[in-house]
Amino acid sequence: MNQPTPSPPTLPVSLAANPKLSAWLKFSSTGQVTVSPGKVEIGQGIVTALAQIAADELDIDLSRVQMIRASTATSPNEGVTSGSLSIQQSGRAMRHACAEVRRIFLQQAAERLGVEADALDIEDGTISGPGNVRTSYWELADEVSLDRDATPGVVPKSASHRALAGHSVQRIDIPDKVLGRPRFIHDQALVGMLHGRVLRPDNARARLAGLQQDGARAVAGLVAIVRDGNFAGIVSETEHGAEAALTALRKGASWSDGGPLPDENDLAAFLKGQPVESTVINQKTSASSGKAARTIKRQYTRPYIAHASIAPSCAMAQWSGDRLHVWTHSQGVYLLRADLALVLKLPVENITVEHMEGAGCYGHNAADDVALDAALLAKAANGRPVRVQWSRQGEMSDAPFGAAMAIEIEADLDAQGEIVDWRHSIWGNGHVARPGRAAQPALLAGYEVANPFPRMVSTNPPQSNGGGSDRNSIPLYDFPSWRIESHRLTTMPIRTSALRTLGGQGNVFAIESILDEIAADRGEDPVAFRLRHLRDERAKDVIRAVAARAKWKPAKQTGIGHGIGFGRYKNTGAYCAAIAEVEGAAEITVRKLTLAVDVGEAINPDGVINQIEGGAIQATSWVLKERVRFDRQRITSTSWNEYPILRFSEVPDVEVEVIQRSDVDPVGAGEAAHGPVTAAIANAVFDALGVRVRDLPITRDRIIAAVEST
Amino acid sequence: MPSVRFRLNGADTEIDADPDRSLLDVLRGQLGVTGPHFGCGAGECGACNVILGDHAVSACDTPMWSVADKDVTTLEGLGTDEQPHPLQRAFIAEQAMQCGYCVSGILMSAAALLKRNPSPTSREVKEALDRNLCRCGSQNRMVRAVLRAAEEMAAR
Repeated sequence: MNQPTPSPPTLPVSLAANPKLSAWLKFSSTGQVTVSPGKVEIGQGIVTALAQIAADELDIDLSRVQMIRASTATSPNEGVTSGSLSIQQSGRAMRHACAEVRRIFLQQAAERLGVEADALDIEDGTISGPGNVRTSYWELADEVSLDRDATPGVVPKSASHRALAGHSVQRIDIPDKVLGRPRFIHDQALVGMLHGRVLRPDNARARLAGLQQDGARAVAGLVAIVRDGNFAGIVSETEHGAEAALTALRKGASWSDGGPLPDENDLAAFLKGQPVESTVINQKTSASSGKAARTIKRQYTRPYIAHASIAPSCAMAQWSGDRLHVWTHSQGVYLLRADLALVLKLPVENITVEHMEGAGCYGHNAADDVALDAALLAKAANGRPVRVQWSRQGEMSDAPFGAAMAIEIEADLDAQGEIVDWRHSIWGNGHVARPGRAAQPALLAGYEVANPFPRMVSTNPPQSNGGGSDRNSIPLYDFPSWRIESHRLTTMPIRTSALRTLGGQGNVFAIESILDEIAADRGEDPVAFRLRHLRDERAKDVIRAVAARAKWKPAKQTGIGHGIGFGRYKNTGAYCAAIAEVEGAAEITVRKLTLAVDVGEAINPDGVINQIEGGAIQATSWVLKERVRFDRQRITSTSWNEYPILRFSEVPDVEVEVIQRSDVDPVGAGEAAHGPVTAAIANAVFDALGVRVRDLPITRDRIIAAVEST
Repeated sequence: MPSVRFRLNGADTEIDADPDRSLLDVLRGQLGVTGPHFGCGAGECGACNVILGDHAVSACDTPMWSVADKDVTTLEGLGTDEQPHPLQRAFIAEQAMQCGYCVSGILMSAAALLKRNPSPTSREVKEALDRNLCRCGSQNRMVRAVLRAAEEMAAR
């Protein structure tokens, strides 16, 4: 009888792409380990979690770990820090690399000490064995070469042998931020640094017809006015001078009309009326589907949503001959470098892109755009570094937005109100136009320079990578049959790219809303209804946990409502269930959110809770307030007044329960809460008011409209 | 160029600046004080908050003429590495941030609150911080941190 051949062990994906162990770890003779991940800190605490993993696997104190910021000059290429994949990709690679390095050191120690490697122990880097023999990583650092490739098959420690991972530790970046030590890119000053600003039209597609430069030239401190096609900007000795010169340059600029923008008050009609590329995402057929007695059909929409980082994007660039150095808070240093090379027509080897922390970006904002701006302006700086910072207005209008979506679900119900068939269709722009992945650049100034590149139209990642518009659109429930379709717009009058969850928030909102309606029509409890239609015990566990924690279902009170939402991010990542308690009539207040989450092994449990809390509060802000506003010519929501977000007094209480599964590979937590919280709030609004609001955001006007239409 | 005199984090400071220039511009530009962060330039987000006299104000819409002869405190003047302000310790203890860009301004708003109201309720903390925006959703942790600092200060 043939035994099935066990599949050969493989390296974690990031380590397979960057197998050289020395790219990840370096040991010093003075008792430090420098760790170089390719993922970057964007306020999510990843650097701390990776340090925990490394310290744990190496048996050293966390304080010995020095984390190195990603740079194309030194770091492994781990693509982009996105998709809640950092723990999954970088964490696994780090754990594997550290396990192998530990073994290499143990072998070296065994030779030196003349004992078996198996007999040796490591404690905070000191290696000791029988007969009081001892050495250390630090003693061996110079004789152990890590310039060798990682090998598959190394087995990291089991969960029960880890001392750090799985326990909450304080994030290593927080003391600097609290004590006012410059840590953000915005706060760095390079020697001889100049300041740049870029002039941009109100309508992104307007062309620069004329540019009177006299006014700007008269401003003190001006170093250069740069014009390259429709790209124009200034360089100044001071930031104040740069602002003043930009104001003067704006007065001297005349623009052609750009393209028209859609009608913001009828997004669904716009999205459904554009040329599209249609894809069947998934189809499930069943011979035993029951007979449909009736069909319910509902349409859900979400607006364009701004990343609206609290800090305007910022970058620095410096030329030295035909070599360029860029400092950036981009989520992907190698990907940005690839696009810079395309626009600047340079080999990638001539460009170094180095990461510095910025504010939370929540996806693809203007971080990459401003880096090209800085590189273009720095050409006029005679080798001095140029720092460029966008304005609030620019950040709110020129950066990509999260794509608007129209989602239609039709559910066929049998005579008992059970679902016998399910059809889910999505219309919208693609959710990703990130740099570094195509033959054309995705950077704004690349569309503005003379001989411009064509504007990139956003696309969607395949389902195997979690999908884009279609993310989370395939039901996790046991419906007998379904058909999921995505209609991606091939025009893009409003620029979109990755925003937290991509299409996940919209799809979970739609699915969980219509399910709530179907359960209510049957007179069935929405928690029981979901549990009855789920087969995955981890899914059921988060729902049971959140229901228990929120004492589902609290007694009915006038003006108060409760609702539940559930999702598994990307259908493959973190499980999350949320219960919302809302209050109100026309104006909705979210009083409390209770969540249960399962990310497998939670490396830093407090970090997971922090991410879930933050995601829940940000989602509440999206649901209650956020909508990019525009007229037919320009984006109009260009300030915090015109694009309000949730304030302290409006923030709900948030309680999070983490289901710790130390033996299950960890996944990220940053995007798990948005979909479930959105649905939970919408369902709670129904519970409170008896109306279904199917168009986000759930504002006073939308509630009144929903009341009137029922 | 006219000069403006004020006290910055306790030190007498004199600077040549147009009286209409913003305090934030002068702090970050000429003085290289990077605690206050630029967020919007319109007094709408609080990232640049400093304490002027006894009150938290946004430095981006505070003209230099209005700070003449007054006390300006930035994050740099709140505490030191050796002796952090109780608020700074509490923000670390509560891990009260994600990205932390807004934290500088929030610490200053909170410090001004605790000066005039040493034992605020949670609602009073939220009211005092209501003009500070946090995009990451760390508000609840920040409120807990401010209450923790108030308790610690009361116990001393």
